[in-house]
Amino acid sequence: MTDGEPLLEFRGVSKRFVKRLDAIERLARTLGANVAEHTVHAVDRVTFAVAKGEVVGLVGESGCGKSTLGRLGCGLYEPSDGEVRYRGAALRVRRGAPPPIQMIFQDPFASLNPRMRVQDIVGEAPRVHGLVGKSEVADYVADLLVRVGLDPAFRRRYPHQFSGGQRARIGIARALAVKPEMLICDEAVAALDVSIQAQVLNLFMDLREQLSLTYLFISHDLGVVRHLADRVVVMYLGRVVEIAPTKALFAAPNHPYTQALLAEVPRLDRRRRRFAPIQGEIPSPLAPPPGCHFHPRCPHAFARCAAEAPALREIAPGRFSACHLNG
Amino acid sequence: MSALLEVADLVTEFATRDGLLRAVDGVSLSLARGEVLGLVGESGSGKSVTGFSILGLIDPPGRIASGSVRFDGHELIGAPEETLRRLRGKRIAMIFQDPMMTLNPVLSVETQMVETVLAHDKVSRQAARSRAIEALGRVGIASPAERLAQYPHQFSGGMRQRVAIAIALLHRPGLVIADEPTTALDVTVQGQILYEMQKLVRETGSALVWITHDLAVVAGLADRVAVMYAGRIVEEGAVDEVLDAPLHPYTRGLLDSVPANNAAGRRLNQIPGMTPSLLRLAPGCAFRERCSRAAEPCGSMPELAARGARKVRCHFPLEVGVLNA
Repeated sequence: MTDGEPLLEFRGVSKRFVKRLDAIERLARTLGANVAEHTVHAVDRVTFAVAKGEVVGLVGESGCGKSTLGRLGCGLYEPSDGEVRYRGAALRVRRGAPPPIQMIFQDPFASLNPRMRVQDIVGEAPRVHGLVGKSEVADYVADLLVRVGLDPAFRRRYPHQFSGGQRARIGIARALAVKPEMLICDEAVAALDVSIQAQVLNLFMDLREQLSLTYLFISHDLGVVRHLADRVVVMYLGRVVEIAPTKALFAAPNHPYTQALLAEVPRLDRRRRRFAPIQGEIPSPLAPPPGCHFHPRCPHAFARCAAEAPALREIAPGRFSACHLNG
Repeated sequence: MSALLEVADLVTEFATRDGLLRAVDGVSLSLARGEVLGLVGESGSGKSVTGFSILGLIDPPGRIASGSVRFDGHELIGAPEETLRRLRGKRIAMIFQDPMMTLNPVLSVETQMVETVLAHDKVSRQAARSRAIEALGRVGIASPAERLAQYPHQFSGGMRQRVAIAIALLHRPGLVIADEPTTALDVTVQGQILYEMQKLVRETGSALVWITHDLAVVAGLADRVAVMYAGRIVEEGAVDEVLDAPLHPYTRGLLDSVPANNAAGRRLNQIPGMTPSLLRLAPGCAFRERCSRAAEPCGSMPELAARGARKVRCHFPLEVGVLNA
């Protein structure tokens, strides 16, 4: 299924967001007040690659930087440090050329322009990029709608005339319209009901087969990732803590955070269990703890964890973990 | 043991521009003291409106058209507002998905909690305050005395939900209705909240109605589960029985849609089609358009019929032990 050649590669990618001081805060500072610029390390030196044809799941909780990484991956953000590479060269988003990586967003309500008809939402990009002539747009859109399971007769409708699941399909059709090689799905099924979610997941799997697509599938839902992904990348507070083939990760998670995450997930086969959660909350990315970001919540933390951030090291072929417990 | 809560043939309607929408259509439930019931359904199934109706929290254009809600032997539907107000917060409490629905952003947590205590009990402010501190400590909030003085925006999402739970449990209510209280939370925080709820319910002996779309949460928490579809209960029974051997094709479909119940990488057994609009429900079983077992008789609405200790609303229920029918 995969030929090992990296399609998308993150090399030491960091993204920092700085909240600049406004005029009043600058004035206050010159007058001696203690105001400083806030810097959020949303993504901190992330390195991994997605091979052609592969589905990589990116999991983590709120504020772990998974969405920022997704946006870096399709060129919506410029990295502050490091490099995003596509097909062995730096990723450049050129004006006029259809981007080879498309993004599918979480909110099927906010990501579609409410004042555009479906045929324009889906048909605009391929027309602008010259993929289809003006006269062929209608047929092209109709084909795409059929491909994602929508009736082409709906193409003159507006987004509000569709249900959540149908809107998700429109978002997918829009992404496919410029013939991308890769899709980055940012919580693409999170807003959908279980039965609709299953339909959209099936669509993703069908499209992968039909169009040999590569996916970076960002989700907080471990069940979804386990089902779709070949490999899983786990993030915590901006850093990658573990990378492993899906089966291996779920069979024997290495990093204590991954272990906690897997233990917390409610499962159908665990009845009236005694919930025994890990302590504490995710710290603010504005003031992450020193050393290993997870150490304040980690049941195995020792002195070194607070002093030194563990590097992501290969612990078995194809398995990486960032934990001092691995020696 | 007599039931603590007895809901019978509850019908709640909303007048909309496009006609009368029957969000809850003949729901009957009963809940014993200390029991945990999972009320499961997808968007628009009527699960939240059922919860709101029990507490009499339906505002126009909505109204409870008929039915009965008996709590501890007292009829709540049609009861004077004063009676309801004495019950709400005291003997029946509600926890919402968004804790900011219960918390006032411009009042300190202390003001809100003390107010809640004083609303029902004649105690001194000082006593009310120490009860508030104790309640915050019980839901796992560190240094509760200091946190009490803070405002809701100074709490994280998970902490706010804990505050909302602490307030709901201040009076040790006999019944707690929780409407998706962990849906907006991260997995590890959800685990913590479920742990606290489970512990508190055990300690106080409160009965709990846990409204959710997430079958896996129900599996871990509830004793019994009721599955709703298009305003009606389609199946009800003990959690183990319903999840292991569902009788209704919709329950089966929901369970099959969960990725964990499918071999990784395979197509999921999806339910075709989508939830019907409540405004344009054809007569008969609302699920029949999406159902593989539907036949002639499904044109008439099946009754919620008892099968042993379980109930199912289907003309062609699945046989126990048959998996993929």
